[in-house]
Amino acid sequence: MAEVTLQAVTKTFGDTVAVKDLDLTIGSGEFVVLLGPTGAGKTTTLRLIAGLERPDAGRVLIDGTDVTALLPATRNVAFVFQQYSLYPHYTAFDNMAFPLRAPGQHFSAEQIDTRVREIAKLLRIESKLQNRATQLSGGEMQRVAIGRALVREPTIFLMDEPLSSLDAKLREGLRVELKRIQRDLGATILYVTHDQLEAMTLADRIGVLSEGELVQLGTPREVYESPRNVYVARRLGSPQINLLDLDLLPVAHTPNGTASVGVRPEDVRLHLKGGIPASVLAVEHLGAETVVLLNVAGSQVHALLGASAPLRVGEETTIGVRDGAAIFFDGKGERIDAGGASGVKEAAYGT
Amino acid sequence: MADIDLRNVKKQFDDFVAVRDSTFKITNGEFFVMLGPSGCGKTTTLRMIAGLELPTSGQILLDGEDVTFNRASQRDIAFVFQLFALYPHMNVRQNVAFPLVSQGVPRREIRARVEETARLLRIDNVLNARVSSLSGGDRQRVALGRAIVRRPKAFLMDEPLGALDAEFRELMCEELRLLHNRIGATTVYVTHDQIEAMSMADRIAVMDGGEVLQVAPPSEIYARPATRFVAGFIGSPSMNFLPGHGRLPAGATSVRVNGSKIPVPRLHEALDHESSVLGVRPEHIGIAGDGALNGRVFAVEYMGSRQLITVDTDAGRLRVRAPNTIHVNLGEVVGLNFDAERVVVFDPVSDRALASDLYAGPGHG
Repeated sequence: MAEVTLQAVTKTFGDTVAVKDLDLTIGSGEFVVLLGPTGAGKTTTLRLIAGLERPDAGRVLIDGTDVTALLPATRNVAFVFQQYSLYPHYTAFDNMAFPLRAPGQHFSAEQIDTRVREIAKLLRIESKLQNRATQLSGGEMQRVAIGRALVREPTIFLMDEPLSSLDAKLREGLRVELKRIQRDLGATILYVTHDQLEAMTLADRIGVLSEGELVQLGTPREVYESPRNVYVARRLGSPQINLLDLDLLPVAHTPNGTASVGVRPEDVRLHLKGGIPASVLAVEHLGAETVVLLNVAGSQVHALLGASAPLRVGEETTIGVRDGAAIFFDGKGERIDAGGASGVKEAAYGT
Repeated sequence: MADIDLRNVKKQFDDFVAVRDSTFKITNGEFFVMLGPSGCGKTTTLRMIAGLELPTSGQILLDGEDVTFNRASQRDIAFVFQLFALYPHMNVRQNVAFPLVSQGVPRREIRARVEETARLLRIDNVLNARVSSLSGGDRQRVALGRAIVRRPKAFLMDEPLGALDAEFRELMCEELRLLHNRIGATTVYVTHDQIEAMSMADRIAVMDGGEVLQVAPPSEIYARPATRFVAGFIGSPSMNFLPGHGRLPAGATSVRVNGSKIPVPRLHEALDHESSVLGVRPEHIGIAGDGALNGRVFAVEYMGSRQLITVDTDAGRLRVRAPNTIHVNLGEVVGLNFDAERVVVFDPVSDRALASDLYAGPGHG
């Protein structure tokens, strides 16, 4: 596995700047997830690394070697797409063996057999190897597609929303598997998604993209707890973070220059003595958790509570913010460091 | 506004039974969700309520009146498909007014009702805008407005949010529910997405293979699932299932799992098989130094205020939802304890949950 670096890379399509002055290093054996909505430049970034697009400016390096001018085939990257793109008339085995039998590869039949079975075992599809692609379920097809990338030992795996076409249960199971395989193989992965839960659970580091720019790069915990600005804060967390006017709820130690206060729903406290009056607009019992929508002086506030929150629509309560949990933003939406207090974020959630 | 009453409704297409013997009642003003995987019969049931399909047998009553064989147009029900179907060449006002114009409602009344609907949906400021200039959210509201303006007895919705991305869907779910709170019209909503169902429904009917397995409020279905299928379909991550060993007499308070005794709510009926299935929600498992079961940590997934810990045990892979105050490392051996009052015991043959103290608890029935 290799380290991949983008240096000041820019790519435009006509008037659209798809990727703007991007600096990013994916360390060897690292799992980096790029998160952003459609059009943020995620897929273009993958294609630039693969060599499917050529940058207008900047350089792409693999293990320190400048590959900007090299053809895709010589870069030895593996690409997994959202759609399975298998050869339907081939068996699962032949689909996975395909890259090893490609021109320029010199593997014996025995080596191919060993490698394919090894990867199939990791992906838990050993028993399906003789099935034709069309006889596989959606989850199995995507495993084969991932397997076809894994047999190759490339420099980096580029994955473009590989789980998004699967149903929720399958996605959950495969997510954990993918993370394990990455660890076991020590694989370098750059993974693209618009699903914040996937980003949080898979990534060693998350890069949050907006309109072609990398807004923040950090561990999931850093990005969740110390978002660089309002945009990043809103990308992670469900329900979304509450952005409140400065004086809506009392918050201690508000730094100078604060224009709005970000409060995660799990940090909103209810039935708080001396709190601000609020009325319940809606209650969603989601099983393990309850989402409550509150009206506070004309503003809407979400609170995330434990499973058994006995609240009714129309009920009056008093609310406040858990000490030390507020995130402060200035007039431009940039986070203001409250100084020292960050890290005191262990939620008393679930009680 | 209306009660909708289904009595032994069955629908067969040639050899295929799409809906078998469904009996349930949707009460006036209720937000009722039919939930299940594709092919479970939920859409067929909805189409029979709408009058777009006729049942093979059984009865459908609308406000006590038998409408089983009435045409769709005689039922005074609004069917909302994918919400985005708007007329692009018309402005918002014309789109919303369309159903009234085609019914020949007087112009003055149309104007009043369109404006009232627009206020309700908070789109009164864009009434003269072209549909193509609207944001996605406003388009959804316009489509909804076109259904509401008719003042039907009930709304039927078939996966209306299916085409939206997750973030926007969450927003629209909440908005649909708030709108329902304001107008209180009977709503029957079909989806395969359990989160949508849980977040919006007053009651959910969970369906599979043409059969209604359980009808109950979301928290009830979550805590006291009627069958193992229901238990597995609702909740994310899914409920954990463990293999139990040995016959269970009525009154039993524990089940053997791989040599360990797992405490369960006192059973009110016996299970006459050598095996059973225990169901435990991820948040009802606690991590301890030593527990009823032990296992090795396979994955730790950070999710903000909580984390998902995957543990491999002799009894299978279990997922634990824990607050982020707990710290465990990959590969570490941990003990697992189960919240004894919350464990569900299933009959492995019939799939049905056994009656126990859990099912006799407060809030049941």
